[in-house]
Amino acid sequence: MGTRQSQFRAALLDPAAPVPDGLTDGAGAPTVKRFDVYRNNVTVALIDALRTAFPVLRKLLGDANFDPLARVYARAHPPRSPLMMHYGQDMPAFLDGFAPLKHLGYLPDVARLELALRRSYHAADSAALDAQVLAACPPETLMGSCLQLAPAVQLIPSPWPLFDIWRYNTVAGAPKPQATAQSVLITRAGFDPEPHALTAAQYAWLHACQTGANLTEAQDSASATDPAFDLAPLLGLLLQHGALTTLTTPKD
Amino acid sequence: MLDASHRSPSLPKAPGVGYKPQHFDALRSEPGPVTWLEIHAENYMGDGGRPHAQLHALRADFAISVHGVGLSIGGEGRLDPDHLARLQRLVDWLEPASFSEHLAWSTHGAEFLDDLLPLPYTDATLTRVADHIDEVQDLLGRQMLLENPSSYLAFAESTWSETEFLSELTRRTGCGLLLDVNNVFISATNLGDTATGYLDAYPLHAVGEIHVGGHDEDADDHGAPLLIDSHAHPAAEPVWTLLDYALRRTGPAPVLVEWDNDVPEWPALRAEADRAASALATIPAH
Repeated sequence: MGTRQSQFRAALLDPAAPVPDGLTDGAGAPTVKRFDVYRNNVTVALIDALRTAFPVLRKLLGDANFDPLARVYARAHPPRSPLMMHYGQDMPAFLDGFAPLKHLGYLPDVARLELALRRSYHAADSAALDAQVLAACPPETLMGSCLQLAPAVQLIPSPWPLFDIWRYNTVAGAPKPQATAQSVLITRAGFDPEPHALTAAQYAWLHACQTGANLTEAQDSASATDPAFDLAPLLGLLLQHGALTTLTTPKD
Repeated sequence: MLDASHRSPSLPKAPGVGYKPQHFDALRSEPGPVTWLEIHAENYMGDGGRPHAQLHALRADFAISVHGVGLSIGGEGRLDPDHLARLQRLVDWLEPASFSEHLAWSTHGAEFLDDLLPLPYTDATLTRVADHIDEVQDLLGRQMLLENPSSYLAFAESTWSETEFLSELTRRTGCGLLLDVNNVFISATNLGDTATGYLDAYPLHAVGEIHVGGHDEDADDHGAPLLIDSHAHPAAEPVWTLLDYALRRTGPAPVLVEWDNDVPEWPALRAEADRAASALATIPAH
């Protein structure tokens, strides 16, 4: 039997489950259609939230495929928090295990990118590091220092041309994706998150910084991936987009 | 029970609208009769970015009402401590003129079902909801308003009428009420009651805010009318009539226009606010 709310929970997300007993139209007549209002409200609200969260997935799959997929997902993975802005956390793993879409192996990474864009949009504001701070730091001190990334910065590693896939489906006239691996960096200089393509070595450098490595260690990570790694273009991009917040020297 | 010294600042007795980000510029340049805004608390529980920046700007010009849609005041389990902490942070930051939530539940175990789900009106529900309201009011150090739901069905085990249930909650907890006249009209139509009969039995003295909004029309298994609370249209004529009926008894009150789905351009929402202003203009001060 369970409590009233257990009965509701079971029947709300399972259209084959019987409607709980003891629900009436107000005059005492039993009703199924009235319970179905709640079933419909919950399902439609969750599907709408997923449509909002994953516009590129929706475009890639088309509404005729996305909506049924979202319905299956919503019933299997209802939100675990009232913060609907982050609903869909399990979508990458769900897509990884969804046999009918196995041939579109890049979809889970597209979902990861779209979730990261929302995290970035709602992340804390931060003051950008002044390039003068880096310029004023003696090179030997600098290489033992750590750079903190802004709270809005997100990194999504991928073996797919992830940035090009995202751009092709969001920017009119963007070139078709080529068969190349692209990880993605998200920055947020103002209020709008902006994705950028990363080489494998650039990703390695950023990932090292994000996990607390100093600049020597980050350089070693990047060089191990690509011996010709040049930090300058990446550092310029990070400074230009407010992606760095503080330089922590070994003395700090 | 809330200490009377914790009476909170109140909203202007004037029209307000549910805030939508697409109306940010229009609200600042031509607010019309709108002097206050209501936000859904959960949409501003991120850490920063544009949502927070817009609120920072708006709170300089408008009184703010924080309206929760995710606290699950009627839930069988305990209130989510993480969510309470987020709510407290938001209220501490915004210092809103009002905080309100719904007589409903939405969380079960660890799951959030993203709808305002109905409650049987029993002694057990009354005790549980009163305890949860006490917990919220103690935490926030302020009075909260509780909104009447839109009902599509009734529970065989209910032993209280909704109006008696709400009256008893205000007595036990000292909470105020958010009277949604669209919900009153929807529930009365759906459950075969009269809306004015509901208002005659409702504790109007406890009202701190009134909602008007739009609904959809459907029919139930037996062909009886079934109204759906969609907030996707202008308010229907009978809802405006009900607003007049309520205002003649409460005196001037903060009146909010809700429009959450298929949100129109600003002029259409402003026209609804103008209509609320007209309704308020005919009411003598009590």
